[in-house]
Amino acid sequence: MNVTIVDYNSGNISSVINSFKEVAQGKVNIEVTSDFNKIKLSDKVVLPGQGSFKSCVDALNKIDGLTDTLNEFAITKKKPLLGICVGLQMFADIGYEETETKGLGWISGKVSKIDNQSGKFKLPHIGWNQINIVKDSKIFQNVENNSHMYFVHSYEFIPNDKNVVSATTDYSSNIVCSVEKENIYGTQFHPEKSDKLGLKIIENFIKI
Amino acid sequence: MLKNRIIPCLDVKNGRVVKGINFIDLKDAGDPVEQAQIYSDGGADEICFLDITASNENRDIIYDVVEKTSKKCFVPLTVGGGIRSVEDINKLLNCGADKVSINTAAVENLKVVLDSSKKFGSQCIVVAIDAKKNGDKWEVFTHGGRNNTRIDALEYAKQMEENGAGELLVTSMDRDGTQVGYDIDLMFKISSKVNIPVIASGGVGNLDHLVDGIKLGKANAVLAASIFHYGKHSVKEAKEYLDSKGIPVRI
Repeated sequence: MNVTIVDYNSGNISSVINSFKEVAQGKVNIEVTSDFNKIKLSDKVVLPGQGSFKSCVDALNKIDGLTDTLNEFAITKKKPLLGICVGLQMFADIGYEETETKGLGWISGKVSKIDNQSGKFKLPHIGWNQINIVKDSKIFQNVENNSHMYFVHSYEFIPNDKNVVSATTDYSSNIVCSVEKENIYGTQFHPEKSDKLGLKIIENFIKI
Repeated sequence: MLKNRIIPCLDVKNGRVVKGINFIDLKDAGDPVEQAQIYSDGGADEICFLDITASNENRDIIYDVVEKTSKKCFVPLTVGGGIRSVEDINKLLNCGADKVSINTAAVENLKVVLDSSKKFGSQCIVVAIDAKKNGDKWEVFTHGGRNNTRIDALEYAKQMEENGAGELLVTSMDRDGTQVGYDIDLMFKISSKVNIPVIASGGVGNLDHLVDGIKLGKANAVLAASIFHYGKHSVKEAKEYLDSKGIPVRI
């Protein structure tokens, strides 16, 4: 089995690499690359993302043909893909961080700033928050409802079809923190930094 | 509900922990990797390394420590001390740090915070403010507390938020090392002034001080070094105590 973590200069991905290697324990091959052929041949793809929506989309587009390769992998071939943080946000049609930016359009919806209720809620939303699992998802096997996950973000994904939402978290409002649409998975929180339960989610994804 | 974070801090000098956990079952009392793992296994919400290496030649050692730790610890790792440039930040992040905390460089060159938060995202840029009371104000100090910049800490906190800091780590120099508790007034004033999370630091001597930092100082996270050193209190004890006082924590 080959799992590819897409390296497209989206910021710091060392922790994502470390956590996948820890879970894989050498039994699953973890590749870190933006090489199209390696992505095409892999069984699963992880799309990380840090920084702003715009900077991640720009970084993705800078590598000519990468978006097409990911589209083919996730949409045409329907192979499992996991987006983390801005990686998940990029599934949307459009994002409003910095400036209006087009996303991958895989899951219809938008990415907007969390309503801080006139300063009542500090942003970024940083720290451990509980997830409310609203739909059975393969990545939540043996992860209990109300488990704590590590978050750090100021923007939230608002999908048009609420059926794709697999978990929410409570911060100012019910923020979408996990989605599943067929073969496409995403978490707003960082499983790679969410201790043992986060590693469990990574393990679940690898096992799909 | 978002939980308040407890962040144990380890002082690292030339790759060794200088004030560490004095547990009997520790193989090597000075190994930062092993100690970070003990904290993380004990439920620490985040681990902080403060590199106090004196000479520039030995700076590379911290990269190695961070690299090894990040392969074993799956909670956020913040590294501070001696960071001068965007390149230093880049190196630490590549080694596996999740956040960096910037002190002197943030005062000396405003562009460091601006540029690094743009480049890497605000989520990994923590600005560390060392503040000392002078009359009814607090002044910002740099160079490990040796240099008084005369800058007003409250104004500076706001400016750092505007420049892209994702969090502020506020240390009261009057309280640091005294074990008489955080400077609650300072924490409350800065926390009320900014809309980004504030981490309280400096002066913790018992578990009630952690409670005060959150309840009275309105800090979002509490950082402590000495109470967790020498096994006086474990992170687990601290969390259970905060929980018993009605403070939301991850248990």
